[in-house]
Amino acid sequence: MKRLVILGAGTAGTMVANRLARELEFEDWRITVVDSDRVHYYQPGFLLIPFGLYERRHVVRPKRDYLPRRVETLFGTVHHIDPERNKVYLEDGRGLAYDYLIIATGSHIHPEETPGLAEDGWNRSIFTFYDLEGSLALARKLRAWEGGRLVLNVAEMPIKCPVAPLEFLFLADWYFHQRGIRDRVELVYATPLPGAFTKPKASEMLGGLLAEKGIQVVPEFNVMEVDPDGRRLISYDDQVVEYDLLVSVPVHMGSEAIERSGMGDELNFVPTERHTLKAKHHDNIFVLGDATDLPASKAGSVAHFQVDVFVPNFKRYVEGLELLPTFDGHANCFIESGFGKGLLIDFNYDVEPLPGMYPLPGLGPMPLLRESRVNHWGKLLFRWIYWNILLKGKELPLPAQMSLAGKWTHGGGHHG
Amino acid sequence: MSTAELQAKLNVALDPEGFLVDPEDWTPEIAEVLAQEEGIQLTERHWQVIRFVRDYYREHGEPPTLRAITKRSGVPTKELYQLFPKGPAKKVARIAGLGKPKGCI
Repeated sequence: MKRLVILGAGTAGTMVANRLARELEFEDWRITVVDSDRVHYYQPGFLLIPFGLYERRHVVRPKRDYLPRRVETLFGTVHHIDPERNKVYLEDGRGLAYDYLIIATGSHIHPEETPGLAEDGWNRSIFTFYDLEGSLALARKLRAWEGGRLVLNVAEMPIKCPVAPLEFLFLADWYFHQRGIRDRVELVYATPLPGAFTKPKASEMLGGLLAEKGIQVVPEFNVMEVDPDGRRLISYDDQVVEYDLLVSVPVHMGSEAIERSGMGDELNFVPTERHTLKAKHHDNIFVLGDATDLPASKAGSVAHFQVDVFVPNFKRYVEGLELLPTFDGHANCFIESGFGKGLLIDFNYDVEPLPGMYPLPGLGPMPLLRESRVNHWGKLLFRWIYWNILLKGKELPLPAQMSLAGKWTHGGGHHG
Repeated sequence: MSTAELQAKLNVALDPEGFLVDPEDWTPEIAEVLAQEEGIQLTERHWQVIRFVRDYYREHGEPPTLRAITKRSGVPTKELYQLFPKGPAKKVARIAGLGKPKGCI
């Protein structure tokens, strides 16, 4: 009997548990999932809560309902991994031996990393929508807000879902229009990036949308501290950005258990081979989802594409075959742009988001890198797909590796 | 000085943004010239960062992020911005002869 331990039952951990529970022989494998939280969060939904589009009930479910019966589920906090002895230790002292380990411990926000951020002003004039309680508090604040200068600040890269800050601003523009106070609201985006996004073509397109909507960008702004009394952000090179209402995307880090195990980089992300998802320093450990240090987006779509290529590769590997370099960094995101419209972008390690059409079986082609209503409906439909298909590890008719079909690879042309 | 002139003066290949194409071509003399180009007079503190960045590159195959530099080089972030104003991660990588750091996604 071989033992497989999966750390984390978030998006990546739940998907891989479901897939492996179906595909590994029951007689040969014992699978255990460990997580400290009994609640599964639909994290993409946090973005919609501040604007009253979703409520708590749309984004939470019991984790146990989404894990297969044959998988043993342990609710407890991992203290550390001992990769030399192939053992995981929980905080309550329990030890779990494994033959293979999958680390899917995700990434979490750390507002305390930025001085002044999570102090006096926290949930009064400083908010985040990167966790459930924060987005609910922000919803209450926005309902009664009379206007002023709203600054969205990204503290440091990498963050989960790097398009979410832009979506927040687009939705805020729409929301304040609907409330009839858009003329009394200034929207500002202070980011460490040189522009709206990390990839040139998408950055240009999204930057254009920000300008069109009257949203000001402060690029290359690396926040050093927040002065909650003076309502100011101060950067390392002494730039100052003033705010009435600050919406922060705090520093993201991997699990503290990774730090305690001495297995992470300076942000507790695990060094991972970019095309096989094996931990760089350990031959029986794999890393999925946000927990990796890969230069790919920390996003559910990436976790999904990873699981798709990982499962067949893992089955080869345990049979003694070599791993295939099948993960290409594929990401695919809907971007809400407000007023009932949305964009879709599709990219990987090497190919930046391009305009064109995304051939989606069943639903028909969806426009890429361009606003449309069908993309907005795609995003709303996605919540149902997430809970009912994706998490349960059922097949979704999307290829895991990025395809150039339908993408316009030359400026202006329709064929590429 | 244009990239072409700089290339001729240093006798090494530079990419269009002025980064060394091959980190193995780097010498401390090249660092001095590139730093001057950026308006920086190198001090022992600068060299502490440059040496750290080169060692990191040898170990990891890519230039370190800003956080990796400040967490491990012994030079705090605020000072790093004073030593290499406006985008320290990028400036250090250039002076240390490494490629442009890939922005996170």
